[in-house]
Amino acid sequence: MGATHLPSTEFDGTEVDDQLEAEAEAAMGEPDAQMVQLLGPDGTLGSDPVFSEYAEKLDAGKLRGFYADMAAIRRFDQEATALQRQGQLALWVPLTGQEAAQIGSGRASQPQDYIFPTYREHGVALTRNVDLSELLRQFRGVSNGGWNPKDTNFHLYTLVLAAQTLHAVGYAMGIQRDQKLAAASDPAGTEPPAAVMAYFGDGASSEGDVHESMVFASSYNAPVVFFCQNNHWAISVPSAVQTRVPLSNRAKGYGFPGIRVDGNDVIAVHAVTEWALEHARSGKGPVLIEAFTYRLGAHTTADDPTKYRLSSEEDAWRAKDPLARLEVYLRAAGLADDAFFEQVKADGDELASYVRRTTHDLETPDIRAAFANAYVESHPLVAEELAWFEQYSAGFEEAAEGAAH
Amino acid sequence: MTTMTIAKAINEGLRAVLANNPKSLLMGEDIGPLGGVYRVTDGLIGEFGADRVVDTPLAESGIIGTAIGLALRGYSPVCEIQFDGFVFPGFNQITTQLAKMHARSHGNLTVPVVIRIPYGGGIGSVEHHSESPEALFAHTAGLRIITPSNAHDAYWMIQQAVECQDPVIVFEPKRRYWLKGDVDTQAPGLADDPFKAHVIREGQDATVVAYGPLVPVALAAANAAEDDGRSVEVIDLRSISPIDFDTVTESVKKTGRLIVAHEAPTFGGIGGEIAARISERAFLSLEAPVIRVGGFHMPYPVAKVEEDYLPDIDRILEALDRALAY
Repeated sequence: MGATHLPSTEFDGTEVDDQLEAEAEAAMGEPDAQMVQLLGPDGTLGSDPVFSEYAEKLDAGKLRGFYADMAAIRRFDQEATALQRQGQLALWVPLTGQEAAQIGSGRASQPQDYIFPTYREHGVALTRNVDLSELLRQFRGVSNGGWNPKDTNFHLYTLVLAAQTLHAVGYAMGIQRDQKLAAASDPAGTEPPAAVMAYFGDGASSEGDVHESMVFASSYNAPVVFFCQNNHWAISVPSAVQTRVPLSNRAKGYGFPGIRVDGNDVIAVHAVTEWALEHARSGKGPVLIEAFTYRLGAHTTADDPTKYRLSSEEDAWRAKDPLARLEVYLRAAGLADDAFFEQVKADGDELASYVRRTTHDLETPDIRAAFANAYVESHPLVAEELAWFEQYSAGFEEAAEGAAH
Repeated sequence: MTTMTIAKAINEGLRAVLANNPKSLLMGEDIGPLGGVYRVTDGLIGEFGADRVVDTPLAESGIIGTAIGLALRGYSPVCEIQFDGFVFPGFNQITTQLAKMHARSHGNLTVPVVIRIPYGGGIGSVEHHSESPEALFAHTAGLRIITPSNAHDAYWMIQQAVECQDPVIVFEPKRRYWLKGDVDTQAPGLADDPFKAHVIREGQDATVVAYGPLVPVALAAANAAEDDGRSVEVIDLRSISPIDFDTVTESVKKTGRLIVAHEAPTFGGIGGEIAARISERAFLSLEAPVIRVGGFHMPYPVAKVEEDYLPDIDRILEALDRALAY
């Protein structure tokens, strides 16, 4: 790819960002290029010298699928938020506003790729066929995971920010070794090349593990795509406190490509991610993608955005809504009709009903499972404490039986 | 039987790991052409190549974090942390990620990562090069922690650590790296279980439990006590998590007195854990309080005074005197 897509100093989001943009441009000159955007907020499709060819491969079915996915995950998000308000979940981490960043990138991955999410990637989970009700286990307090990552190549959520970026690079180093071992044992092998995606946010970008993961990825040319959703707010702290230049610019310092993409443009996100994954799978090394988006809701259901940002800022971003612009495009291009959108709505209601039902039905686990899973191999202290617990618990049962007589 | 140093025994153990397990690899700072700052990986990169003996960027969190990713992909990484005091940039990855991965995945995922850490003082080095942080890791469920004190154990324990499907930290007694001993490379013999303590000297009057670098000190103290007519049993604990309380309890039931010696500060340490457990398991056999011999509650002191800090033969004998005076 050419220099046209070196990221710009374009911050265009918040008032403080506007000021930072002016400062950055005063220091660094005019931006090299605007961020990659194919589908504008008004629903018109633009072009790009590198990425249009990826967009052209998308048929009507794929585009309708993007819309259906984004609508489904937004509906799921609303339902999960409602479940938290009703006391059915301890906490929820809403994604509304980031649907295009997640669906576009997730749908660019292939089954053999492996995904390391942070904790807000419900949309990516959908694209990896994770049963969405399983995402709620952690937030209902019945699991610290919820699904088997081996089934979907979608790793568990990681709550200690950025720790998973290193796991992603290590996993990618494993893929490199697997490919060498496979090539040695079977030169005509048909195993498709694979890559890894590491999701993180603008807040986590300040963590040391992100730096170390990019150093390792660069040193070993690991097949990993760093996918940063810059949603502008790390709880209450604006992205300007995490960085004074576009995050995608940081890739330059590590020696691999960095691309800023309109994170509310599902077509551009898909195109850029598909390009980056091909780049990584073909042995050309890591890529950093900064999806420029916005967290329209709260950080979590325990957060109150009215204390730190203006509603006018939220309104400005609502005008760039990822679903609305795709709907305009699909209708204008004659790719979807009323019946399609009604069906999407009906499917969303059915999904919400399923999620509500399965959440109520989630069984509380037995603490004996926690004893069993503390270690892989038998451990005398765990066995001793479990034996004590059984004896202690039995005492209550005997007391209850005694009281009944 | 072959006579070799502990450093050479670990080197040979790692060579056997790399030869027998194609999914194993070593990772760390300066472990390639240099062979590690203590030369423990000497010659291995030449034999197995740079994909199996990986010189990493200088970043401990990066080493542990990428090792976790490799393990998730089916590999068995053995990480070298250059010195005890340098493990802390990787502490987050060890305690919040590595230790919990199996549990939080309902047992679906295993991360058989081995972390080698040269530890302990007595080498006259600068700060952060002489510490004994084992208790900080022992407090974390999900990890196993072992520490060899002799060449034969070192040769087998490093291999057993790699075979174990749980994460294992191997604390290596760096001031004993050049201690020679007989190694049977054909069979582990009594060293078949890395998590079992060994009674290495039998006695009747008191038990001294030690591990890693203090095992030779405990033995020397027991021999000195013998000259005063006291019969002292010495246990090499070998495993710090889990601890083989059965072996310690059995010994204390016989001797009635227990001294626990380690270089780490006594406060909040392994000695305290052993004292508490033994007071529960063998209360009626105890003739005296369990006495801990260890470092003081201070940052590890400068090299010129470290001999005043480190437990030595006299400190253990003084503790024995106190125990036997009850």
